[in-house]
Amino acid sequence: MAKYHVERGKKSLTSNNLIEVKNLVKYFPVYSRGVLLKKEVGLVHAVDNVSFNIKRKETFGLVGESGCGKTTVARLILNLIKPTSGEVFFEEENIFEKFQSANKDEKLKLRRKMQLIFQNPYGSLDPRMTVFDIISEPFVIHKHVPKNQWKNRVYELLKLVGLEEYHAERYPHEFSGGQRQRICMARALAVEPEFLIADEPVSSLDVSIRAQILNLLGELQERIGLAYLYISHDLSSVRQISHKVAVMYLGEIVELADTDELFKKPLHPYTVALIQAVPIPDPKARAMKIVLPGEVPSPINPPSGCRFHPRCPKAQKICSEKEPVFEELKSGHFAACYFPHMD
Amino acid sequence: MQVAETLLNIEGLKTHFFTEAGVVKAVDGISFNLKKGESLGLVGESGSGKTVTALSVLRIVPKPGKITDGKIEFNDEDLLQKTEEEMQRMRGSEIAIIFQDPSSSLNPVYTVETQLRDVVMAHQTVSKTEARKKAIEILEVVGIPDAGTRMREYPHQFSGGMKQRVAVARALACEPTLLFADEPTTNLDVTIQAQVLNLLNDLKKKFGMSLVMITHDMGIIAEMTTRIVVLYAGRVCEIAETHDLFERPRHPYTEALLAAVPRLDMRKTLRIIPGNIPNLIQPPSGCRFHPRCQYAKQICKEDIPILEEIESGHFVACHEWQNITLKGERSR
Repeated sequence: MAKYHVERGKKSLTSNNLIEVKNLVKYFPVYSRGVLLKKEVGLVHAVDNVSFNIKRKETFGLVGESGCGKTTVARLILNLIKPTSGEVFFEEENIFEKFQSANKDEKLKLRRKMQLIFQNPYGSLDPRMTVFDIISEPFVIHKHVPKNQWKNRVYELLKLVGLEEYHAERYPHEFSGGQRQRICMARALAVEPEFLIADEPVSSLDVSIRAQILNLLGELQERIGLAYLYISHDLSSVRQISHKVAVMYLGEIVELADTDELFKKPLHPYTVALIQAVPIPDPKARAMKIVLPGEVPSPINPPSGCRFHPRCPKAQKICSEKEPVFEELKSGHFAACYFPHMD
Repeated sequence: MQVAETLLNIEGLKTHFFTEAGVVKAVDGISFNLKKGESLGLVGESGSGKTVTALSVLRIVPKPGKITDGKIEFNDEDLLQKTEEEMQRMRGSEIAIIFQDPSSSLNPVYTVETQLRDVVMAHQTVSKTEARKKAIEILEVVGIPDAGTRMREYPHQFSGGMKQRVAVARALACEPTLLFADEPTTNLDVTIQAQVLNLLNDLKKKFGMSLVMITHDMGIIAEMTTRIVVLYAGRVCEIAETHDLFERPRHPYTEALLAAVPRLDMRKTLRIIPGNIPNLIQPPSGCRFHPRCQYAKQICKEDIPILEEIESGHFVACHEWQNITLKGERSR
């Protein structure tokens, strides 16, 4: 199991990693439909041995198809669910230990540093609250802004995300999808976080609005120095916004590199196929492509060896027998494959 | 050059929805045509009228919507003059549609076999066994392995990609001459999307169908179509051949749309289209794009631009097209 564990000298104060994820594992048990007793019949391997780091002011892109474990990683990092094993360090503090041992105030302090925005801005805003109430609710919880300054702060936040002061008195249903996503961002930024997880933030928006939100994410990073974990199945937007990208397949990271390197010189056959599968908005770029056969297998009994081998055009006998090691094949470019695409 | 025959001709189509809040002018004077064997793209954002156009052609506009004006000619016959019975015979056998979400367009309480057999038996005088044979054949064509066994299963037993294949099979069971594909891959993963798009291309060649691809994804449009109709807020902005449209867009909205889409093969500065999609109960006066258009002049607020042919096969509805130079996908 232990494939990727790069020791970086624990708690070295020189490290500029904001987030360190180490060998994160999450299995969900599956139960049989018993009348009285539930019986565990299997495990969904949602996240399996995932490790990566995110630096300050960096955007880390996590791509993969549905069911590959992207969102589970996000929920684990935020300690919304407990991991099966593995560790997550935030500013060199083990957050799982902290959430277990620390008192309420300290937990809240940690929560303030990490925020999340969701895919569906229609479902993540309370329809019975005004925008002012929505954005000031974090002030109620964290008490970091004195009440007489709430109004000013809310207006500041609205301006920061490109909305106007008069929007504060309105309800979510009066806004379009793009504007709602801006409200979600204002709410997330209300606690002055250092780290923001954006889980498919533009997937439910129209194309002309997507660019607005992507550009806004970029601007905010420059202005307040946020680090992002940008989760998406849309490779084009990941390429647009990320500094580093990790590709996930069936709960595992199969490749990790700087964005340009990954998209120009992908090593793993899955990454190659994924990139080729995306239609390019330019009729002159129509190219021959390898279309992957089959579908993503069930994560309950993932394939032996390399999990991608049943669909891989390059698979050999060894791929089905032994799991490939996730290693640095080129400087800063990691992949888990016996037959990577090397020039 | 041989001029291909026109299969579908839409002129001044208006489909309005009479809601309590007011009349939603979802489609407000759309005209375009489709030649035999062509792949036409209908591009636009939500609320641009793409889907309502397709539903209007099939005459399945849901209430409170109504086709209020215009002409829809299919093989030189006016579809709006036909009786409901005549239309029913055409749906499926002549014109078919596949929808975005196969889980809601397939009936969950019938097996795939029943659903496919029903389509065949509704349009052809065949026995149950023959219809079943036909269903197996078409399932094999769309790439469902072990079709004879799998067709006895219910839609929920299929994965998303497989369900969409079943939906494609059902649409093609009677070999229609025209297929509307309404965002057929939006719900699918990219690798599965590539499979379904490939399948549609193969089937188009095999059956010699015409295809109308409805999508907001400029990538799919570039890959799948030869001609494009760009819609905005219920009206046509621009019609051109695909490579022409991407290289030399003539409508500011088309230019903005191209500039707003990130590309996988290069990183570019995304240009923002300011503002939001207009409300179609009270759409903007004049050119509907003018509040968001950087080239808008006074006339754009006052007069509705007409769709004019500025070059052979390139139509634009813009007052200012002669005075502005727009950038295409390659010249940025």
